[in-house]
Amino acid sequence: MRAAFAEEIETIAGLDERVILLSGDIGNRMFDSLKARYPNRFYNCGVAEANMASVAAGLAMCGHRPVTYTITAFNTIRCLEQIRVDICLQNLPVIIVGVGGGLSYASLNATHHALEDIACLRSLPNMTIVCPGDAWEVRAAIRAAFDLDGPVYIRLAKKNEPLVHEDVPDFSIGKGMIIKSGEDICLLNSGSLLPITVDVTRMLADKGVSAQLVNMPTVKPLDVDLLSNIFSQFSHVFTLEEHSVIGGFGSAVAEWLADQKSTKAHLTRIGTDDRFMVEAGDQEYARFFFGITAEQIIEKVSQSLTL
Amino acid sequence: MTADRSKDNLDSIARTVRGDLVKLSNSARTPHLGSSLSCADILVVLYWNVLNLTPEKPDLIDRDRFILSKGHAATTLYVVLNRRGYISDDVLKSYAIPGGLLPEHPIYGSAPGIEATSGSLGHGLSLGLGMALSAKINSFSYRVFILLSDGECNEGTVWEAALMAPAQGLDNLVAIVDFNKWQATGKSEEITAIQPLAEKFESFGWSTYEIDGHQTNEISNILNKVPDGSGKPVAVIAHTVKGKGVSFMENDNNWHYRIPNDKEVLNAMRELELA
Repeated sequence: MRAAFAEEIETIAGLDERVILLSGDIGNRMFDSLKARYPNRFYNCGVAEANMASVAAGLAMCGHRPVTYTITAFNTIRCLEQIRVDICLQNLPVIIVGVGGGLSYASLNATHHALEDIACLRSLPNMTIVCPGDAWEVRAAIRAAFDLDGPVYIRLAKKNEPLVHEDVPDFSIGKGMIIKSGEDICLLNSGSLLPITVDVTRMLADKGVSAQLVNMPTVKPLDVDLLSNIFSQFSHVFTLEEHSVIGGFGSAVAEWLADQKSTKAHLTRIGTDDRFMVEAGDQEYARFFFGITAEQIIEKVSQSLTL
Repeated sequence: MTADRSKDNLDSIARTVRGDLVKLSNSARTPHLGSSLSCADILVVLYWNVLNLTPEKPDLIDRDRFILSKGHAATTLYVVLNRRGYISDDVLKSYAIPGGLLPEHPIYGSAPGIEATSGSLGHGLSLGLGMALSAKINSFSYRVFILLSDGECNEGTVWEAALMAPAQGLDNLVAIVDFNKWQATGKSEEITAIQPLAEKFESFGWSTYEIDGHQTNEISNILNKVPDGSGKPVAVIAHTVKGKGVSFMENDNNWHYRIPNDKEVLNAMRELELA
């Protein structure tokens, strides 16, 4: 995803001279081409994410379209105060790009896990949150974010994730997309678990369960029209995300659901457990630790269906 | 208010502003009077004698910017913007009134001339850094002045910005510290190792000056030579007195939160030769 971001931001920078990329001391080589072409449009702000967020706000107040880029945990929670006060309260068009969303940097320990970022940013007024599911969605999300005139958080995974789409999909912020139709249950995915959710859909089909796969990259604002349709059509709906079950996409759907007069469907949220992982382990291990591998998801779906 | 930039006139304006501040604290029942009084001379010099601005066109792209990072001195900004023609008397009267445009700390865009939201400390220098960087990117010559409090320098982000600005050669960025030696609950020197403050900025790569923050000619001389030719951002450590101008408020930190009663207002106005 990060390579797609680097290519896309360079393309957009070529089309819009207001675009400024701020980095928190990462991705330097990845942006060599952009820096060479537009030397006064890239600034390494160093390991000082709070300052970077406010600098971005200051640039936006002067008409620029700044993008902040660094590791997800540090570009969100580390500088939450600056995002809240300088970017959201002043309602400025700053795009916050976190690389390493979810458990992408699992092996670097829990300081680098990003499992609470959506929960924190989702509560901020004016904020739009987009969690692309593959590199094609990253490109689409970046393009769409520049069409908005307010704060946007884009949550990337890392690199070499499987592709689900074959090209840039038809994409609108605030709109979900039906990846595969199904009859029995509906899987609502947001973000980096998309390839796993595709696998889950296929594995369920092998077990005779026809699952509809709906991808909802935008966590805020939710596509409530689509949700209304889904919750009136299916009796079981599952949300899937590489984020804590507290405060993330599943919570957003649950909050929406709580305010509905009546719905047909039962909602099950699948995400990471409410705990830290302190032992060593790569992303595959960490996903197992938190119960979000394809097999574990199948198990949770099966359990829910037999209740 | 006249456009006379003499020291006598600036001092006279500053006294009038102080009178407005005392009355506003009393009428609106709002605190932070000591903090507002300590920076009155600095704001008067900025708005009457330093900033390149056009009150009737507050959004000019190449204007100098001023950010009140110590947002608790909002009344000083409001009164100065009122006296300078940005904010009408009616808007100023709505200060701190429910539904009014002017809360007890500034909100970006709430009225003409308010360049940034502040209140939470430690934001203004980084915001200003972004604005100063924008000037360089766009080849504008405007300058960005940020007023911080000494207590605000407790915040780590001040030092993040202090590290970055010299690396970018932002000689159009000016950090003014209203160094009145007090913060909310005690002497700033006893709460953190803030001293030597000037040397801190100097060692971070700033062109640093120490001045008497109540001598309008001294403030003018320093601020009017920015950029100063060093190629560095400028830090001005302005030594001030909290509550300056009203003898019974000076250096009495109770006036961080105390609100003057009617009798105290009258006494203050007499001292300021405004009654």
